[in-house]
Amino acid sequence: MSETLNRQEVVAARGVRVTFGAVKALDGADLVIHAGECVGLVGHNGAGKSTIVNVINGGLSPHEGSLRYSGNDVRGISAARANGVRCVFQELSLCPNLTVGENARIMHAELKGWNWRGRALALVETQLQDIFPGHAIDCDSTVDDLSIAERQMVEIAISFAGISAPPKLVILDEPTSSLDAGLAAQLMAYIRKFVSAGGSVLLISHILGEILSTSNRIVVMKDGRVVADRAASEFNNRSLVEAMGNVVREQELSRKAVAKSGAPVLSMPARRGHGHGQAKALPFEAYRGEMIGLAGLGGHGQTQALLDLYLARNSNWFPTKKRDIAFVAGDRSLNGTFPLWSILKNLSIASLDQLSSKRMIDGDREDALGEGWKKRIEIRTPDMGNRILSLSGGNQQKVLFARALATTAEIVLMDDPMRGVDIGTKQEVYEILRSEAANGRTFIWYSTEMDEIRLCDRVYVFREGAIVAELVGEEISEKSVLSASFAQGEAA
Amino acid sequence: MKISSGTIRLIIPAASLVLLLAAVFYMQPRAMSYNGLNLLFNLAVPIALATIAQMLIMSVNDLDLSMGTFVSFCACVAATLLQTSPALGILILLGAIATYAVIGVVIHLRELPSIVVTLGMSFVWGGLAVLILPSPGGTAPAFARWIMTAKPPLVPMAIVASILIAAVTHTIVMRSSFGVLMRGVGGNDRSVERAGWSVIGIRAGTYALAGLFAVLAGIALVGLTTSADANIALRYTLLSIAGVILGGGEFVGGKVSPIGAVIGALTLTLAGSFLSFMRISPDWQIGAQGAILIVVLALRLALNRLEKREKSQ
Repeated sequence: MSETLNRQEVVAARGVRVTFGAVKALDGADLVIHAGECVGLVGHNGAGKSTIVNVINGGLSPHEGSLRYSGNDVRGISAARANGVRCVFQELSLCPNLTVGENARIMHAELKGWNWRGRALALVETQLQDIFPGHAIDCDSTVDDLSIAERQMVEIAISFAGISAPPKLVILDEPTSSLDAGLAAQLMAYIRKFVSAGGSVLLISHILGEILSTSNRIVVMKDGRVVADRAASEFNNRSLVEAMGNVVREQELSRKAVAKSGAPVLSMPARRGHGHGQAKALPFEAYRGEMIGLAGLGGHGQTQALLDLYLARNSNWFPTKKRDIAFVAGDRSLNGTFPLWSILKNLSIASLDQLSSKRMIDGDREDALGEGWKKRIEIRTPDMGNRILSLSGGNQQKVLFARALATTAEIVLMDDPMRGVDIGTKQEVYEILRSEAANGRTFIWYSTEMDEIRLCDRVYVFREGAIVAELVGEEISEKSVLSASFAQGEAA
Repeated sequence: MKISSGTIRLIIPAASLVLLLAAVFYMQPRAMSYNGLNLLFNLAVPIALATIAQMLIMSVNDLDLSMGTFVSFCACVAATLLQTSPALGILILLGAIATYAVIGVVIHLRELPSIVVTLGMSFVWGGLAVLILPSPGGTAPAFARWIMTAKPPLVPMAIVASILIAAVTHTIVMRSSFGVLMRGVGGNDRSVERAGWSVIGIRAGTYALAGLFAVLAGIALVGLTTSADANIALRYTLLSIAGVILGGGEFVGGKVSPIGAVIGALTLTLAGSFLSFMRISPDWQIGAQGAILIVVLALRLALNRLEKREKSQ
């Protein structure tokens, strides 16, 4: 039936559901892209943008729903590529040890046979010249020797290049994140040209100006669903931000006004971001007893800021005697738990110096600490001597919180620790955090979830590595955070 | 003219080889002859082949700790079965290469650390070598003996063989499509996978190719020594890794250089002769060889840092 439409569907994903454990990444999302249109895709963290991109490019098989390329029901990366779907990922996906031409060989399996090197080089060079006229990239050099912006340009050029036929759909995930304004404008102009020649583009960007000026149609995602799908001309900056936000659910919170008293316990000078059209960066300050949120889109420098704050107080080489800062890791398996240890050992590792006398660990005191925290935060286990992996993810996370809170640290840094934790556990942890803050502890909390950001007394919004906005008390709302995380500038 | 980072990578190993060679010639001018050079570099040929095999494994971010025992095993097969019943010998060596491919597949599929798997395999190869040749002995196949003792005009066999090995592997690794894919897996396997290639296939091919070069190393070794022993090449595990690193390769990231690897193998062999000429007692030679290695690697790190600083400016 799709063939009867006058505009052919390049990709049609309908009713797609993808779940990772308990988390619904996509909850019945529809995304149809026709030939000859540029679709802008926007949404806040965890809205499902990357997941739907992975479904379309074949890297992820949907658990439910239909996926058709030009009407054919096929699955897998090779099938997607065979149907002309190309993807430029947010993180660099070139091989840094190979030359530009060799990378083109890897991306384009058709480049085989005699003298493929010469043809690969010619292909990339003409394509680069097409998209970024006047560029100065030496296509013979290895990708390692190129700057970040040049790498991004090369990757875009390789994806747009066609050997036997031009690609039908190019997915661009934050393609301008390291390009300057001039290059970004060239790219946007090329996208418009490519689309008018019958190709289609799926554009994801945090710069709303680019989306508004380049796309024909804008799809807004939220919580794994498509919440708005209209022509770009019907949107403006404000209505786009509003569509991304959740206006219905407005939670009432009694936020106590914390007076900034005395000297800040932790501060950091304003740091320069890496983006173009950068707004003025703000310095960071934290006072005693505050709960400070670090907001913004994921990967815009929040984790780096936390690490810098931590390292500013702790030497890399010699552990300080009195630790006044604790860290709760976000990626449990990567840098949180010791998977082979018991729950108790996982909990007490950060406060061993309090628990030991004459450099030997006092087992009774350790047990008492474990029992105390087990009651306090309700770790659901019959025995604290069980392996940490016997706990559910949420309970593991509670142990990591207890690890930080059991120390004497005055400041606790949290790197999006609630990822993938169920709502009940979250509520319990919020309660503990509140009471600890009331006792004078300072919490600095990077979170990608709006509900958690709203719990904070003060919020810094990050964009492109710098703090671009500070929100206090009643100013903290989903709308204000969203509008600060997306650059408004009429880029391109 | 802009010098690529690959060329800079080759400068240090080439310079250290020339320096060592000059020192050897200075101390023993008689080495500067057809026969002298042949004697100096004879033993480098099997080491160079083993180094190439190790380099292939390292180009996909793995490490082969069974290289020494595997080359010993191949040498034992070459000195016995390949000599007495060639068909069976060839079959066994082909089977060994296929086993290498299987190891590559297993390491990829089960996401096992290659160090553990190959360390385990090293005992398997060692045991098989003892089964085939319980006590030192055997005879070299005539063809291996003929190749290794050939006397081409002007340039000695050891040099010709080294250049040939470097040229062939440079073509395979740096110029061919397969080489690009192989190094691509080392550089960023996700992007190779996303482009629709089978990483399992590439890895299996890489391991099989490494197995082939290790088999050649075993045969070349027997051709030189005329007989074999189950422990004949145990040193090759560490020598081959050192050779790759000395030649500008890196443990991760698919940054390898076949020409550099051959130069690294030559340098390591020459370092041994150099220390003998210096009349350093064999007790100290291994330590001194290590010291040479550390100096060269320190130089390279310094150069890398310099390069990085220049780039960031």
